[in-house]
Amino acid sequence: MTNIPTRFSLRRAITPATAPFTHTFTMATLIAIPIFGAIVLFQSSIASRIHLLYGTADLVLLTIVAWTIHPRVQTGWQWSLIGGIFSSFTTALPFGVVLASYLGTTGITLLIRKRIWQVPLLAMLLATFLGTILIHGLSMLALWFEGTRMPVLESINLIILPSLLLNLLIAFPVYILIGDLADWVYPKEIEA
Amino acid sequence: MNSTSSRPLQTIVLTIIIIGILAIALSGYLTPLTRFILRPFVGIQTFVSSRYQALQDFITSPRDMATLREKNLQYEAEIARLQSQIIELQEQIADTKVLSALLDFAQANPEHEYTAGTVIAYDTSPFLRYVIINRGSDNGLRRGMPVVTHQGLIGRIAAVSPSAARVQLITDPGSKVNVRLQPSQVEAMLNGSVTGDINIDQIPQDAAVNPGDLVLTSGLGGNFPGNILIGQVSGVRRRDYDLFQSASVQPVADFSKLKIVLVITNFNPVDVTPLIPTPGTP
Repeated sequence: MTNIPTRFSLRRAITPATAPFTHTFTMATLIAIPIFGAIVLFQSSIASRIHLLYGTADLVLLTIVAWTIHPRVQTGWQWSLIGGIFSSFTTALPFGVVLASYLGTTGITLLIRKRIWQVPLLAMLLATFLGTILIHGLSMLALWFEGTRMPVLESINLIILPSLLLNLLIAFPVYILIGDLADWVYPKEIEA
Repeated sequence: MNSTSSRPLQTIVLTIIIIGILAIALSGYLTPLTRFILRPFVGIQTFVSSRYQALQDFITSPRDMATLREKNLQYEAEIARLQSQIIELQEQIADTKVLSALLDFAQANPEHEYTAGTVIAYDTSPFLRYVIINRGSDNGLRRGMPVVTHQGLIGRIAAVSPSAARVQLITDPGSKVNVRLQPSQVEAMLNGSVTGDINIDQIPQDAAVNPGDLVLTSGLGGNFPGNILIGQVSGVRRRDYDLFQSASVQPVADFSKLKIVLVITNFNPVDVTPLIPTPGTP
């Protein structure tokens, strides 16, 4: 069985032995650009108009979580960076808020992946839950700093909880789709 | 000799017989006989012909089915094409109605110059009420320009890129618009909220505000031109121990169906922030 490096480094990447890893690493990162392009387009033109009370699903967040939770995926941070940059262009929230939220969610997801690695679906739901709370919490905080009136209880009841429910519901199909994609990008190695 | 003389006689007799038969046939006397003889033949002919036709149908039907299926597919494709054309035309009719209404609005308010834009995206954050339109600085749009529909005010441009602009709707929780109520002529502040409802705060306690009053931009503050319709007062909250009254407003524009909007391009917002005195400033 070939050893897959667990941590990326330039020196290892340029050695012939790690060439397939480098190739996969680059492809896994580059593939995020068209995927997030399409997801952000869908999110801003269609998903943002589908409400549960006043909450909406966050497809970018779900994609990042579903990608990072996959045991063989090594490019969670890159995906959250690309997804965060794409999403930041479609929202009036301060630029760093969405990016920081997605990076934070990736960190949480990686922590959860290490601890609940045997039940990935449960890990996905937990990461989605915490990620949704994080992004909405940071959004509220940023808007509050900007001087926007945000009634906390109303925001929780009408926006955060419905968004959470939508995200948890959509987490299942996203987990399956992104899991298939991750299996395709990082194929399981068969022992000879 | 005998045989030579009898041949013309035979010919004459045969001719007479033939003529006779023809005459009898033409006169109709042979019809019953003909019918009697032909009836079985006609029956047999009909039977043979029908069986042959059935056999021919049986042999050629698969080919016909294939042709029919092919034609059916063609017709289905044609129907689908026509249906999509109908939908496209209906869309065009709807767009034309909106554009016509916008044109009416522009004609009714000739003091402004307008640039039309189409809403192409909504803000992805559920806390905010922003839309993105497909016109930007390349089309002369600038930050702060008011945005209207044929129904009334919907917001103002918050950010521009060369080919697109982000519009902050008046329903956004960060939106503030100075308004005037009619007929009472009371000046107040219209605020958005996280739920997308719009409310008026800071209405003086002694002001006579009633449901149904019109809400228009006042022009104060320099952010919006005056006298643009926003909505109607739908409810008034007045408590004796409060300093001000507040009212909820029903906007005239349908924010869930924004499609084409007009940007007022000849209005330059005035930044009055430096003129507002701050505590500690002499």
